[in-house]
Amino acid sequence: MTKAGPALRLDGQGRPLWLVCELTYGCPLKCPWCSNPLDLDAYQNELSTEEWKRVMRESRTLGSLQLGFTGGEPLMRRDLEDLVAEADRLGYYTNLITSTVGMSAKRLSRLKAAGLKQIQVSLQSHDAATTNALVGASVHDHKIAMIREIKAQGFPVVLNIPVVRQNIAHTGAYLEMALDLGVDYVEFANVQYYNWALVNRDELMPSLEELKASEEAINSFRQRIGKKMVIYFVIPDYFNGRPKACMNGWGSIIMTIAPDGVALPCQEARLLKGLNFPSVREHSVEWIWKESPAFRTYRGDAWMKEPCRSCSEREKDFGGCRCQAYLLTGDGANPDPACSKSPFHHLVEEAIVEAHRPQRNSRPLVMREVGVASSTQ
Amino acid sequence: MTEAARLDPNDIVELHPMYLLRWEEAEQAHVLLYPEGIVKLNSSAAEILKRVVGGRRIDDVVAELTALCDGQDISADILAFLEIANDKGWTRVKT
Repeated sequence: MTKAGPALRLDGQGRPLWLVCELTYGCPLKCPWCSNPLDLDAYQNELSTEEWKRVMRESRTLGSLQLGFTGGEPLMRRDLEDLVAEADRLGYYTNLITSTVGMSAKRLSRLKAAGLKQIQVSLQSHDAATTNALVGASVHDHKIAMIREIKAQGFPVVLNIPVVRQNIAHTGAYLEMALDLGVDYVEFANVQYYNWALVNRDELMPSLEELKASEEAINSFRQRIGKKMVIYFVIPDYFNGRPKACMNGWGSIIMTIAPDGVALPCQEARLLKGLNFPSVREHSVEWIWKESPAFRTYRGDAWMKEPCRSCSEREKDFGGCRCQAYLLTGDGANPDPACSKSPFHHLVEEAIVEAHRPQRNSRPLVMREVGVASSTQ
Repeated sequence: MTEAARLDPNDIVELHPMYLLRWEEAEQAHVLLYPEGIVKLNSSAAEILKRVVGGRRIDDVVAELTALCDGQDISADILAFLEIANDKGWTRVKT
């Protein structure tokens, strides 16, 4: 899940503070909002254990502090424990971002021994039928059992709910469940529309009324429970009129390494055609971060067009999201259509209207699966 | 946000176990690391937080730091900082 990251608003002074390792695109689930590429089968050549260790070592030398193991489902890598141990030895704060599929109490205790610091679990609803339908597999009960086991083994837990039309009415019940499970953070991750989520946008997008009701439920819950649990919720950019400060700026503090070693300023960036993203198989991490044309393309504000270039908010939101600008307008340097000042803002407004048009012919969700979408898309 | 809750010099505060406090060479500063977040600390904040890892009476922290600051009266500043740290969840009162 791409996110602006509530805790990430800081100046990295040119360092890649956050290293995101997408260990694999493999995943047994079929979430129809998956941020992985549509042509999943085109990327088979995963980095080896030794290659990942080199990436972590080089990035740590550049000043990386936080490390996220994600995917796909990172537990599908049999060497996860080995990679966590190396990351811990290097001095990273290690985060595992998982669906819990492939997790067991035994594996958890090995991860604990390897030095893993925290676990973020995606859970789609308090209701088993909804969770299972949304991810295309019968995993709800396993997820709940694993969240309890994770807490029992003493990890902090971030519970992440990808918010879509199908689960947004569950906000209150979901929070009660989270409190009962004893999780530390709940993150309402309003789904953002790239890759699989863009294909399914009309079916997934909640309405503004639903978002406001959800926000209200969160606020009254917060008042009731105080500091026992931290809850993140931000009105999504489509409805906010302001663009998100995507990635805290392009090539500013976050570096993602895709399963095949391609380095990206964000997990979605590979959809931007023509940027020629460098691979850690061919270049040092230092060269990629500091010198590679791909990381420099949208760094800073020299690339901006009007009205971003003269906007008083350009240092606050960095012109929004390059991937969204590319997907909706065909040019990554255009002002993010989510911004009400963007000449392309009508594209977002029209998408909202279309998704909620009463006469719209609704279609089944396109579930994430190899071969569903071809490489030409 | 409501105002930070008041602390008493007799309270025992501890760094919340979810937070990891350590020196980071590249930053030339202490940092607090926690799930998906980083806080870079200035040196006074770090000096206070270092002393409450595992739990410590606020009075003790004040006495120790006052001695290091040539006896300047810094108790109000320390208390105010710990109230903010508590409010942010970095520290908590140990019961």
